[in-house]
Amino acid sequence: MELICPAGTPAALRSAIDAGADAVYCGFNDETNARNFPGLNFSRDELRKGIAFAHGRGAKILVAINTFPRASATALWQRAVDDAVEAGADALIVADIGLMDYVARRHPNQRLHVSVQAAAANPDAIAFYVETFGARRVVLPRVLSVAEIAEIMRETRCETEVFVFGGLCVMAEGRCSLSSYATGKSPNMQGVCSPASHVAYEETGRGTTSRLGGFTINCFAPQEAAGYPTLCKGRFSTALGDGYIFEDPVSLDATTLLAGLRSAGVAALKIEGRQRGRAYIESVVRHFRRALDTLEDGSEADIVSLTPFTEGQASTLGAYRKTWR
Amino acid sequence: MSHSSAVSGPLPTIPPILALAIRPLPLFPLQLVLSGFLQNILRRNPGLLDRLGEHRRARFGIKPVDLPFAFVVEAAPPRLLVVRELPQNLDARVSASLANLLALVEGRVDGDALMFSRQLGIEGDVEAVLALRNAIDDAGLDLAGELASLFGPLGGPARRSFEFARDRLTGSPGEPR
Amino acid sequence: MQLSLGPVLYNWAPERWRDFYFRIAEEAPVDVVSVGEIVCSKRAPFFTEYLPDVIERLEGAGKQVLLGSLILVSLRRERRQTEELCAADGPLVEVNDLTCLRSIRGRPHAIGPYVNIYNETSATFHVQQGATRICLPPELPISSAAVIAAAVPEALIEIFAFGRVPLAISARCYHARLHKLSKDNCRFVCEKDPDGLALKTLDQQEFLTVNGVQTLSHACTNLIGDIAALREAGIGSLRLSPQDCDMVEVARTFRDVLDGGRSAEDASGRLSELYPGVAFANGFLRGQPGFSFAQA
Repeated sequence: MELICPAGTPAALRSAIDAGADAVYCGFNDETNARNFPGLNFSRDELRKGIAFAHGRGAKILVAINTFPRASATALWQRAVDDAVEAGADALIVADIGLMDYVARRHPNQRLHVSVQAAAANPDAIAFYVETFGARRVVLPRVLSVAEIAEIMRETRCETEVFVFGGLCVMAEGRCSLSSYATGKSPNMQGVCSPASHVAYEETGRGTTSRLGGFTINCFAPQEAAGYPTLCKGRFSTALGDGYIFEDPVSLDATTLLAGLRSAGVAALKIEGRQRGRAYIESVVRHFRRALDTLEDGSEADIVSLTPFTEGQASTLGAYRKTWR
Repeated sequence: MSHSSAVSGPLPTIPPILALAIRPLPLFPLQLVLSGFLQNILRRNPGLLDRLGEHRRARFGIKPVDLPFAFVVEAAPPRLLVVRELPQNLDARVSASLANLLALVEGRVDGDALMFSRQLGIEGDVEAVLALRNAIDDAGLDLAGELASLFGPLGGPARRSFEFARDRLTGSPGEPR
Repeated sequence: MQLSLGPVLYNWAPERWRDFYFRIAEEAPVDVVSVGEIVCSKRAPFFTEYLPDVIERLEGAGKQVLLGSLILVSLRRERRQTEELCAADGPLVEVNDLTCLRSIRGRPHAIGPYVNIYNETSATFHVQQGATRICLPPELPISSAAVIAAAVPEALIEIFAFGRVPLAISARCYHARLHKLSKDNCRFVCEKDPDGLALKTLDQQEFLTVNGVQTLSHACTNLIGDIAALREAGIGSLRLSPQDCDMVEVARTFRDVLDGGRSAEDASGRLSELYPGVAFANGFLRGQPGFSFAQA
């Protein structure tokens, strides 16, 4: 299985490859990708240099152009596609059906991956992308169990890539407007979820309160572990009680499921976190490189905890083990 | 392999006795040295300003929670003040132990991880802080030697504190768990 | 401009669900009615029994019926249901997930607000596949809707104009989670909340609505003051999404404004009488936070 690692900066890209990434995914520094955060991502020149660095070390670069183009501005996204192809990207990760159509027509030889934002959650949807646009790989949404992934693999010849670590959408990806409801900015349109520009932290007697677009998302006691101020991992109040209604602040960690994912036929394992620092990239990538190597050669795994890097200092197997079903 | 599991452990802070010893020192010489240091960093890393983008004019307050003073930092034009208390007119405030702040500047710890474990506090313009963090993380700065020299006669303990912190945070080879 | 009624998103008692549509057939001035359980496949069997009668009544009353597909399709059973829906001769299918496209392409179909169409190139693609009506994603601003409507004049473009906005869908059931039940053994607790379960911030500010695997806004979309702008943008239909209120009167109120018989301001006042205690919102239309509301 290939190990696919995130990079938000050229330095992170080099760290990921040095730590053992088979491929690195990244995006341009604009609204064409789903991690459009301040100070993050690649200029055209940085991407060219990043690709040269990666190819020199036998690694691949996958370019995420995975937001949904703004009406009347689709040329910006198409230019991102053209530039990524010209720079020598090994694959493009795309979510919008119009943009996939563009890639398939304009660059028929370019390897196309279906972004998790396209939410292809079953063999029929996957087959549609394969037959229509020649998609070579689909990144599966984080709503499936390992058994369901195995079932998908029995019915498709398309490669699949699954997330094994990091931030965890509890809603179907690419189909969530919670962020834009509170802030006007969404993952699909602006490439941001719960954008920092709309986040406010306030120190009060109770602890640290986080707000998004004016809505209180959480309140952490002074020593309590915290998470991102994302809506789906906030604390709320209902007639049936208060607390984490959707999901606790946790990160996905599927280290213990790698063997199962391999038997299921998964082609690639993806680490989330283009917004994270080099220290995260370096440690998490090294961890999974080691876990994969021990899996391949059958040796005893020397697995250390990645808990310090997780939201809420806690991890979950997410939908891979549907304990809530 | 201790690096990742050590991140959330108790981090070394400047011993209170040392903090107390620093307290009466005049801040101006420190400010002079750090200003030159900042200008030097920005000159040698033009990518920093590019990544800061529209936030290059933001006024950041940096508060090492274990030191009796704080810093006000601006990138463009480069300006650094050493103050006993952070002023009100800041765009954002960042607070953490000196060890964590230094490790952040060197990209040896992950800012989000520090946030999750409550070892890093942010107030004000969160977007500006994010831009600063990402810009610094990409720059790959190495501060160890230069920082130690800034502490003059206290450089030895400060450097040891820094290196100890760094080893705890990133797990140097041979470092016992 | 058409008025359409979206599918009931909540888990209503089957008889109530049937009677609701019988009354819509007889009294509501809507042109199109989309029916079917699109949120949770576990609920669907309860309505199957009444579906043929409901379709017959609606069509008998001269309304066009759309059959909505499930929003999130993952189980084998759900795939089979979706395939059967797409294969059947009968009412036009409203596609709510791309799972349908493989079998329905080349034949006329409608597209619901759960399919990501954010621009003219993807709208054109869907029209080429056979889409004749497209209800755009609720978070899309009117500027984008206008570009899309102009790019595909052969398709009818619809906007989500009344009701709590669907914001997210999940594999996980939050009603079950709140009641400390597993999804497979959920006891259909969502039926206790025919208008969804209110979710507030810790400061008791109204915020969201839980509906099983779906999350909606607390605020109710109200575009009745934006009708002139929507007409100018080339929008051909307004979607009214059923809430636990008098939807016949809601439809009449919209119809009155469309016909020029009532001012938008007066109509908006009427809507707040019909659906009291719920704030209005139209921010998405202006590219603003979705919860916000600006009078036209």
